[in-house]
Amino acid sequence: MAWLQRTAAAVCDKLGIELEDLSLAPCTGSGILQARDLVYADTLNASTFAMAEDMGLSLMTICSTCQGVFSQAQKRLKEKPDYLAQINQTLEEQGMKYSGNVEVKHLLWVLAEDYGLDELRNAVVRSLTGLRVAPFYGCYLVRPSAALGFDEHPERGTCLEALIEALGAEAVDFRGKTLCCGYPLVGVNDENSAAMVGTHTLEAKEKGADCMVTPCPLCHMNLDGVQPQAGEQRDTRINMPVLHLTQLIGLALGIDPPDLGFDRHAVQVKSVLEKLGL
Amino acid sequence: MEAKLRVRRFDPESGDGVRYQSYVLEVPDYATVLDVLLQIREELDDSLALRCSCCSAICGSCAMRINGQARLACKTKAKAVAADSEEILVEPVGNMPVIKDLVADMDPFWQKARAVEPWLQPEGTPPEREYLVAHEIMRPLADIAACIMCGACVSDCSVLETELGLGKPPDQTFLGPAALAKAYRYVGDPRDAADASRLSALSRLEGIWDCTRCNICVEVCPKGVAPMDQILALRRKAIEQGYDEYLGARHTLEFEKTVRESSWL
Repeated sequence: MAWLQRTAAAVCDKLGIELEDLSLAPCTGSGILQARDLVYADTLNASTFAMAEDMGLSLMTICSTCQGVFSQAQKRLKEKPDYLAQINQTLEEQGMKYSGNVEVKHLLWVLAEDYGLDELRNAVVRSLTGLRVAPFYGCYLVRPSAALGFDEHPERGTCLEALIEALGAEAVDFRGKTLCCGYPLVGVNDENSAAMVGTHTLEAKEKGADCMVTPCPLCHMNLDGVQPQAGEQRDTRINMPVLHLTQLIGLALGIDPPDLGFDRHAVQVKSVLEKLGL
Repeated sequence: MEAKLRVRRFDPESGDGVRYQSYVLEVPDYATVLDVLLQIREELDDSLALRCSCCSAICGSCAMRINGQARLACKTKAKAVAADSEEILVEPVGNMPVIKDLVADMDPFWQKARAVEPWLQPEGTPPEREYLVAHEIMRPLADIAACIMCGACVSDCSVLETELGLGKPPDQTFLGPAALAKAYRYVGDPRDAADASRLSALSRLEGIWDCTRCNICVEVCPKGVAPMDQILALRRKAIEQGYDEYLGARHTLEFEKTVRESSWL
């Protein structure tokens, strides 16, 4: 997934957003670790928050799952000062401390809320006019909404569409946009995982989308990588290109397609590039 | 306020298929979607079929899809779901066969609830007086026991929707959020002695490892039961008690090992 880190860095560089690498930050636990040992998982994430806090920066991710897991951990640590104190005891052994107040934001939210979509629109050098894009949020960026700040930021439920439009493309509405991509079932129930991929990619296709875009590398990996099996399951070729958010933005900011990692996709994005005259 | 409802209609006796019917009527500002539906039935169309009883979010009869999401009609203000006099879409719950209009066949739902043996199974001689359980243990279980079996979580469950979409017979599909949350209510109860048989049965196909952790059940539950969290608690218990040979359990343990050893995946 390091290549998405590179596309994110390239996009942020173009936009003048300075990134500091948290190279020591551990895995968020992706919800799996939380189900096994919640205190350990929350300690890991609190250590990441503490690192950002120590640098005096807010924390950004390009992954819906990481954002969701971070937000849920933040909520638990904020709501229970005793719990935060207990976790800080462990962090102290590593010479770390977390106050409970670091801002944690997905790149999508940073762009929609802090950078501003008008500003983004001004930065577009290659408008994606004519491209029909189906948004796919990823469960953890929309649920549980109580942990994700939807009360203060109701636009978080529609900002992906708004961003697609700011890039000049057309957002294609479809029911599957907030449903599960099936990634958590890979290796556990591959039949259901592939069926989820099939349902969403085919629905996007039926609605006339040229491609899908997702702010989640895991959704990206499943919707793209499992699509061939999903097609076999239904005896059809689906052929729905799936882009990560940073790749779509990268195209609009004029980054060369070879620098956006499209050669790593299972489903070719050639049709998308052709539509944009690339 | 003026309420506009678009209601999914289906009457097997009419021979017609599914159709959508729109109603426009004046209702009080405080009207719930259930109030509006009952007013439609009283004043405009007595053929509209729906279930309801307590009107207080306790009986669980009036779960239905409102604007595409499962909710209790009696707990949902019409004004809150209809911005600027937009039409409110009202449909029966999903993942269950429709009997008529907004009335769904809950049989598959109850079969799954029964399958987890939702009763206390203590062992040994009963105490002379009542069983004693510490408050801190019982408190979270009481939150799960607050489930009113309305079926909202089952209606919107992604895994059930996927399996039914693949054409699986309903009795061979995922046990689902409501039944599994109910199961944890007993597994987590220190008076219950059937953990071993419960956890081994629930670890098998269509059980706890088939949940895709999409959080939809947590989002739609009108009583704060957080079914997915209970499924995860069952997973934790199952692994702790040695039911770790299943794919999902092995995947979790492998994941944990990798993160603990390298802090990365």
